[in-house]
Amino acid sequence: MEALAGLTYYTIAISVVILGIIVIAVAYIIIRFRKKSGEEGEPYQDFGSLKLEITWTLIPVAIVAVLFLLTCSTMRAVDPPSADREPDIIIIGHQWWWEIVYPESGVITANEVHLPAGRQLLARLESIDVIHDFWVPELGRKIDLVPGHPNYMWIVAGEPGVYLGACAEFCGAQHANMRIRVIAQTEEEFSEWLTRQARIPETPSTGIAAEGAKIFQEIACMNCHTIAGTPAAARVGPSLTYLATRDTIGAGVLTNTPDNIAKWLKNPAKYKPGSLMPNMKLTDEQVNAIVAYLEALDE
Amino acid sequence: MSSRIPIVPESTEPLPGLGENTGLLSWVASIDHKQIGIMYLIGTLIYFVIGGLEALMIRTQLAKPGSELLSPEMYNQLFTMHGTTMIFFVVMPFLIGVGVYLVPLMIGARDMAFPRLNALSFWLFAFGGVLLYYSFFTQSGAPDVGWFAYAPLSEKPFSLNNGPTYWALGLLVSGIGSLISGLNNVVTILTMRTPGMTMRRLPLFVWMMLVTSFLLVFVIPIITSAFVMLLLDRLLGATFFTPAFGGSAILWQHFFWGFGHPEVYILVLPAFGIVSEVIPVFSRKPIYGYEFVAGSTVAIGLLSLGVWAHHMFAVGLGNVANAYFSLASMLIAIPTGIKVLNWVSTMWGGRINFAVPMLFATAFIIEFVVGGLSGVAIASVPIDWVVTDSYFIVAHFHYTIFGGSLFAIFAGVYYWFPKFTGRMMSETLGKWHFWLTVVGFNMTFFIQHFLGVMGMPRRTYTYHDMPYWGSMNLISTIGAFIIALSVLVFIWNIIVSLRKGEPAGDNPWKAWTLEWATTSPPPVYNFKLVPPVRGRRPLWDLAHPDSPDEPDAKIVTEGPNG
Ligand code: HEC
Ligand SMILES: [Cu+2]
Ligand SMILES: [Cu+2]
Repeated sequence: MEALAGLTYYTIAISVVILGIIVIAVAYIIIRFRKKSGEEGEPYQDFGSLKLEITWTLIPVAIVAVLFLLTCSTMRAVDPPSADREPDIIIIGHQWWWEIVYPESGVITANEVHLPAGRQLLARLESIDVIHDFWVPELGRKIDLVPGHPNYMWIVAGEPGVYLGACAEFCGAQHANMRIRVIAQTEEEFSEWLTRQARIPETPSTGIAAEGAKIFQEIACMNCHTIAGTPAAARVGPSLTYLATRDTIGAGVLTNTPDNIAKWLKNPAKYKPGSLMPNMKLTDEQVNAIVAYLEALDE
Repeated sequence: MSSRIPIVPESTEPLPGLGENTGLLSWVASIDHKQIGIMYLIGTLIYFVIGGLEALMIRTQLAKPGSELLSPEMYNQLFTMHGTTMIFFVVMPFLIGVGVYLVPLMIGARDMAFPRLNALSFWLFAFGGVLLYYSFFTQSGAPDVGWFAYAPLSEKPFSLNNGPTYWALGLLVSGIGSLISGLNNVVTILTMRTPGMTMRRLPLFVWMMLVTSFLLVFVIPIITSAFVMLLLDRLLGATFFTPAFGGSAILWQHFFWGFGHPEVYILVLPAFGIVSEVIPVFSRKPIYGYEFVAGSTVAIGLLSLGVWAHHMFAVGLGNVANAYFSLASMLIAIPTGIKVLNWVSTMWGGRINFAVPMLFATAFIIEFVVGGLSGVAIASVPIDWVVTDSYFIVAHFHYTIFGGSLFAIFAGVYYWFPKFTGRMMSETLGKWHFWLTVVGFNMTFFIQHFLGVMGMPRRTYTYHDMPYWGSMNLISTIGAFIIALSVLVFIWNIIVSLRKGEPAGDNPWKAWTLEWATTSPPPVYNFKLVPPVRGRRPLWDLAHPDSPDEPDAKIVTEGPNG
């Protein structure tokens, strides 16, 4: 980040100076060399000067040389070689949500990247369908998620907190609503979060939540979603195992409350037109049962 | 010595054209370069209005966060069509059209080398556009995958509708027109120059059209082959660009930008040419450092072929490739800088008449420098990683294509309108047009640099209510409506001036290149007698027999105070 700041300041400074020179020169010309009334005839016909041409070729050459060296060193600092290490996180782009996998613990979540603040992690980026791009402005660089071409990126968030980002490569109807949250936590909080996500939840056995579990297995939900510890293991849609612990649904279109989950289930296209989650034409009872089930998984 | 090389046989029949018959048929059937040029200009004006309306709808949608005016599908169609239209059906054919009109006149020729091919080019352009726009009336709607149509989004599995097929077909057709036009220009410029018009005396506009035409000939085949592959994928089940079946998504980008970056220079080099004609005439001085202005054009043309992957820094090509493309892109700044400094030096010491063409040319210099500097910044890989695909890029390329090319185009229209029509455009309306455009343009796009740095991605039909985003976008939208107003003034000016403009005479600006030696508008045969060409400014030599330009003088002469 420091290297990047240096490069940015150099570039801004150079740009401001050059623009300044041109603007001042043009302003001076407008005042000084505008045709005044009463001036007759043609001005002195000046065809050019070899010396000047050489000067203003060489100065930019020098500026570009410095800029290029800075570029190379910054590029190395921002993107050091990953030394064939296994990634800590795998980020998989889907139309229009993010699947986040922690390979070591086997945790799979969606639309939220949890990180230990201050620790540099290696992320591998893939795409299941079209090209997406991971961009969290406060964390610096962006990188494409290209199908058939995994990319690697170092990711680090200095301070605990929530960093907002979005998909930056146009990826279809809901490109605008493919948002991502990076949640940087202290080491303890992070490992607590990870352990909790890795636990296999118990399927509720009583009440409306149990009914919800039954409905979930019976209708098509399980063709697209995963709930750990149940036969539902598809990855077409986000993992719903610990949906209740996440902040948003639909990659940022709604805040995550039981009410909003119900609204989403009734008609996803209302909040995210074009979304690949179909409207399952659920009755209110079915919706309430499923919501109770999804909430109960986190108890 | 004659500079005509007998590649092109002299035609034995008189060409049909303006002649006696001035009805519609005389236009549709015309192979006269002036009529074809005018048809290009009218065609691009129509597309300009359409593309502008699309832009207005985009900006209206973005005026406030979370707006639901347009559906995502509609928005995506609009931004795709806006980009495609402005690039392929406005700026590019406009410049080709002005070239078709002016190149033969500027080199003292009777017509283009291949007049019939010239007509074919125009009609391919016109019908390519019709084919593209026809998609709006089909069930599937217009293409909605961006003007860059990245695979695999543009492939059948992700775009079941026919939009991208219309897109590829329409551009394929109009692209072939551009290719033919490029060839025609190259042959015309190399073989049809009037005696005495050596390459060193070629007007700079013609020089830049020559380099542009070579670029067209080199790069249109690249994109054409990509269109064919995409169509094979979409229609016949091939898998060139579908990774799921062994194709490559990145391959499309190499093809697209292999064409797309030189295309940027196809859009701007002729604009440089216009400015290089306008600035000397209104400063009453010869262009400063002619050889360097012409030579730097050739340098830009060559460099532009080797920098395409600077559009792909975020794709993950590896840092060695990134470093190469970064350096090559930065190098382009050097010949471009040379041009800017020569234009400024041409004005320096002049006796400048700030008529409307010169106003646009002057604003062009400053705006283009802004776009050029942000271009150098994003040629630096780490900076590009931060701002690419954000509104910063939208700001950057609008400063080059709108602040650059389009401002130059306006300069050119005001400058040559008298030649095309025999009437002057209104200066008063022109000044209104100019100031509204300057204010509207900068208001719309300058602020987008900041939006991009603040994290607003491009190509989103809506955005969250982040701090300041709403008000900044609103300012941008108001700017867009000011631009729209300026375009109305411009069109009004054209209409009024066509009817009541002051008669122009042959050479209202006291310019020096050959097109001003004939009547306005020129007769079908262009010149009764082409004036002798003994230097770069034949009409200066005629007007100043006592102090003509030195014929083939020292390349660059040192002035007493220069
Ligand atoms: C055809 C596949 C498919 C089916 C069937 C399906 N979903 Fe989904 N679901 C998705 C996709 C894809 C998303 C992600 C949508 C987005 O954000 O764009 C999603 C999102 C969700 C979300 C929001 C998750 C989040 O973190 O944003 C919930 C909750 C959900 N589905 C529940 C269900 C339930 C319950 C059912 C059964 C009634 C179901 N889904 C059936 C594909 C499916
Ligand atoms: Cu995306
Ligand atoms: Cu480029």
